[in-house]
Amino acid sequence: MAKRVLVVDDEPNIVLSLEFLMRRAGFDVQVARSGGEALKALEGDPPDLMLLDVMMPEFDGYEVCERIRAKPEWRDTKIIMLTARGREAERERGLALGADAYVTKPFSTRELVEQVKRMLEVA
Amino acid sequence: MGSLASAAVLVSLLYLALLFAIASWGDRRAEAGRSVIANPYVYTLSLAVYCTAWTYFGSVGVAAAQGVGFLPVYLGPTLLAFLFLGVVRKILVITKAYGITSIADFASARYGKSGTVAGLVTIVALVGSIPYISLQLKAVATGIELLIGHEGGRAVLPGIGADTALIVALVLAVFSILFGTRHIDATEHHQGMVLAIAFESIVKLVCFLAVGVFVTWTLFGGPFDLLARAEEAGLTERLAFEGTRLGAADWFVLTLLSGLAALLLPRQFQVVVIENLDIRHLERASWLFPLYLFVINLFVLPIAFGGLLLGGDVREADSFVLALPLVHGQGWLAILAFLGGLSAATAMVIVETVAVSTMISNDLVMPILLRVRALGLAEKPDLTRLILGVRRAGIVLAILGGYLFFHGVGEAMGLVSIGYIAFAGVAQFAPLLLLGITWKGANRNGAVAGLLAGFALWLYTLVLPSFVTAGVLPTSLVTEGPFGFDLLRPTALFGLEGLNPVAHCAIWSLAVNTGLLVLVSLSTRASDLERLQAILFVDVEESRRTPRLWRGEAKVGALEELLVRFLGRPAAEAIWRAEEARRGRPLAPDEPADAGLVERAERQLARAIGAASARAVVASTVRGETIGPDALMEILDETQKVLEYSRRLEQKSQELEAATAELRRANERLRELDRLKDDFLATVSHELRTPLTSIRSFSEILLDNPELDEAERAHFLRIITSESERLTRLINDVLDLSKIESGRMHWQVGLADLGELVAAAIRAGEGIFAEKGVALEVAIPAEATPVVCDRDRIVQVVLNLLSNACKFVPSPGGRVRVELRRRGGVFEVRVEDNGPGVPPAHREAVFEKFHQLTGDLNTQKPTGTGLGLTISRQIVERFGGRIWVEDSSLGGAALCFTLPVAEEVGALAA
Repeated sequence: MAKRVLVVDDEPNIVLSLEFLMRRAGFDVQVARSGGEALKALEGDPPDLMLLDVMMPEFDGYEVCERIRAKPEWRDTKIIMLTARGREAERERGLALGADAYVTKPFSTRELVEQVKRMLEVA
Repeated sequence: MGSLASAAVLVSLLYLALLFAIASWGDRRAEAGRSVIANPYVYTLSLAVYCTAWTYFGSVGVAAAQGVGFLPVYLGPTLLAFLFLGVVRKILVITKAYGITSIADFASARYGKSGTVAGLVTIVALVGSIPYISLQLKAVATGIELLIGHEGGRAVLPGIGADTALIVALVLAVFSILFGTRHIDATEHHQGMVLAIAFESIVKLVCFLAVGVFVTWTLFGGPFDLLARAEEAGLTERLAFEGTRLGAADWFVLTLLSGLAALLLPRQFQVVVIENLDIRHLERASWLFPLYLFVINLFVLPIAFGGLLLGGDVREADSFVLALPLVHGQGWLAILAFLGGLSAATAMVIVETVAVSTMISNDLVMPILLRVRALGLAEKPDLTRLILGVRRAGIVLAILGGYLFFHGVGEAMGLVSIGYIAFAGVAQFAPLLLLGITWKGANRNGAVAGLLAGFALWLYTLVLPSFVTAGVLPTSLVTEGPFGFDLLRPTALFGLEGLNPVAHCAIWSLAVNTGLLVLVSLSTRASDLERLQAILFVDVEESRRTPRLWRGEAKVGALEELLVRFLGRPAAEAIWRAEEARRGRPLAPDEPADAGLVERAERQLARAIGAASARAVVASTVRGETIGPDALMEILDETQKVLEYSRRLEQKSQELEAATAELRRANERLRELDRLKDDFLATVSHELRTPLTSIRSFSEILLDNPELDEAERAHFLRIITSESERLTRLINDVLDLSKIESGRMHWQVGLADLGELVAAAIRAGEGIFAEKGVALEVAIPAEATPVVCDRDRIVQVVLNLLSNACKFVPSPGGRVRVELRRRGGVFEVRVEDNGPGVPPAHREAVFEKFHQLTGDLNTQKPTGTGLGLTISRQIVERFGGRIWVEDSSLGGAALCFTLPVAEEVGALAA
């Protein structure tokens, strides 16, 4: 059974590209356009991995990350934070909140796909 | 002793008893608070103590020999009353302000509460009083002898081996002691005494007038008869100036001396100043007293001329008043005449001895005794008895001194000559007193030097020659000078000749006295206290309003103890109760006494023992010094400096604080700016990375996936293109904003028609409206709407507002209305929509950089850069307008901006 990946971003074009990349890599892809949507998507059957944008209206990526990590049943969902903010402090903050990886935009599509595969042990 | 003399003695004793009765009645009334002397008439009559036996008997003596030559003695006080009332008033004010008890106390207080000055003045006053008292003794004794002698008696009273003058002296001494020192507390006004001497002034006036009337109308046929007969006898020559045997200088000097004496004689100072109850009495007394002098002198010339015409000897003229009734068989009138003389003499002796003995105790003996530590007086519980004892001794001393002077000198001299000696003596107080209240520069050294020199000259030029006249000293002393030094002849010092001896003495002594006072004062330094006192006296009116300052400390209990010791317990307790009443609370013995209490205690003490002594004892208790003007100035100066310094420090620190605050604010502003810049950069970076991410991702996808179908490739390529455009827009906006903010923007300023610009913007934006199917309403007036602006930038602003509105309106059903109208001095452009609107809390925030207007989240993300409104605001404000958000009548937001109407349309258009 294919692993499931949740793409969370408020930029439609970025969502589109990520969706394409993940599908191409063989994952089931779900999409959320805001933090609230992302949390809703987790209800019931959480995905194996999230590509989580930081800069979003309402809940930002950090907050979503924190809430996910606060729930034991969502512990297994891997989180890769994507951000256009490249500062070290932000990377640390993301990792401290329980993200598994932190990727700065713009990113190399190949590297991102490889990293997702690695983390989902499907390489 | 004949019956007449016996009757005279009896009447005299009865008279003295009556005086006692009057005095104690006056005292009782005063104690009951219903003073009988508190009116200008009694005050005036008490001033008439000036008219002593000298006036009563002596004036006739002078008039007989020198005609109107007796007048200077009365002209002086009259002129004083008319011309120098202000001086007298000032002395009164000072006396009342500082609780002064005598002329010595006054002088001492003025010159730094100096014991030396007080003692010296006392000695001069005592020595000056002695001839004067002797004059009274002589007059009374002569009167008695005349009464006895007329009946063939001897000048010795039967059964007593002493001469009449001594008897008179002893009687007067006892009388004065009983009279003047009755009270244990001899501190306040002697109201009973004042009443008694006022009464005596009436008695002597009535008696003298009775004799005058008797001589004029009984012995002669009225004043014209008397005058006619005097003219026949050649006596009227003496009515002319030349007949007085006095030169102009003599007249002037004698008048001056008399004027001074009317104030400075111890008894005069006592009644004029010390016993005064109300300064306002001075006004009426200033003409009533001269009137009294005028009336009592009315019959001087008639009696004198009458006596001479009836065969009297000029040398015996002093006794005419008594002798004329006696010779003409008017026994009772003679007794009346004697009574008048007695009243004149007793009044003088009583007041003089009270005044002098008070000075002796307060200003001479007590200060010395208090300073002699061996006596331990300062620790004695009750000194009132000692004080009274000293006073009584003082009275005896003065009267016995008078007797001895009479015995040694006075018998050979006329009454008036003796009187003038006293006048010239007390005149020595004039320089230190008069300069003391008008010139702050007069100091203690000057006063002492002047007084000593004046006193010495007085002794040498007037008292010494009187001993020569009496035969006590060799005549050669006067005629050839001491040891033959001609220049040093006492009555013609340094060749000053042709003057009456009194005038000669007065000129020399007063000139030297005044000169030394001024010179020494100018060349020596005054102590702080002296300078303070000088200010307190000279500027008495100003000074009374400001309390003195004390350094040092005293306990309330210690001060009270002090008052008890000197005033007696009842008086002290009364003062304390008054003090408590004034404060409205009891005084605890161990609480510190404040400056006011210390000063009032000192003033109360000063009433009893004089300023010098009071100061000494209070100072010893308080262990503090009054702060002198110099010290005060220094302290003030220092305080001023410290205040100034601290003021400056405060100012500096305030400035520093302000600067610090300013710096802190600036720093905060900088930090804020820095933070804003960081945020801006971070945001810009984010905003740049976002389209870049899409571009890179799709580029890589296209590169890595050659198998993608054409439609998908085209889609991805379109995304890349539009994200590139977005990136370009963003870069342009950032650059624009950066240029505007840094002031490097190149504005193309010119006159434009705002309506045209709005229309141009609408044309440019038509595409996006059509794309989204938005209904656009436009309301632009037909008339000109001139503004001064950069056309392209304003078009940019309107376009930005339009695209914003377009972003938020619903689709379908979107409505946007553009309106232009004039509002006073501005044109207003409104771009309204039916979108979600902007909540009031965010209406300012939308103009911040990168504040994204978030619409419906399900719609596509806004494609703006987040800088549009920020840039619009900068542009509108650049051209004097305003931009804001408000509610729209369409239900959404209304973005409005104004631009000022261009005033000089014609000029610019041309």
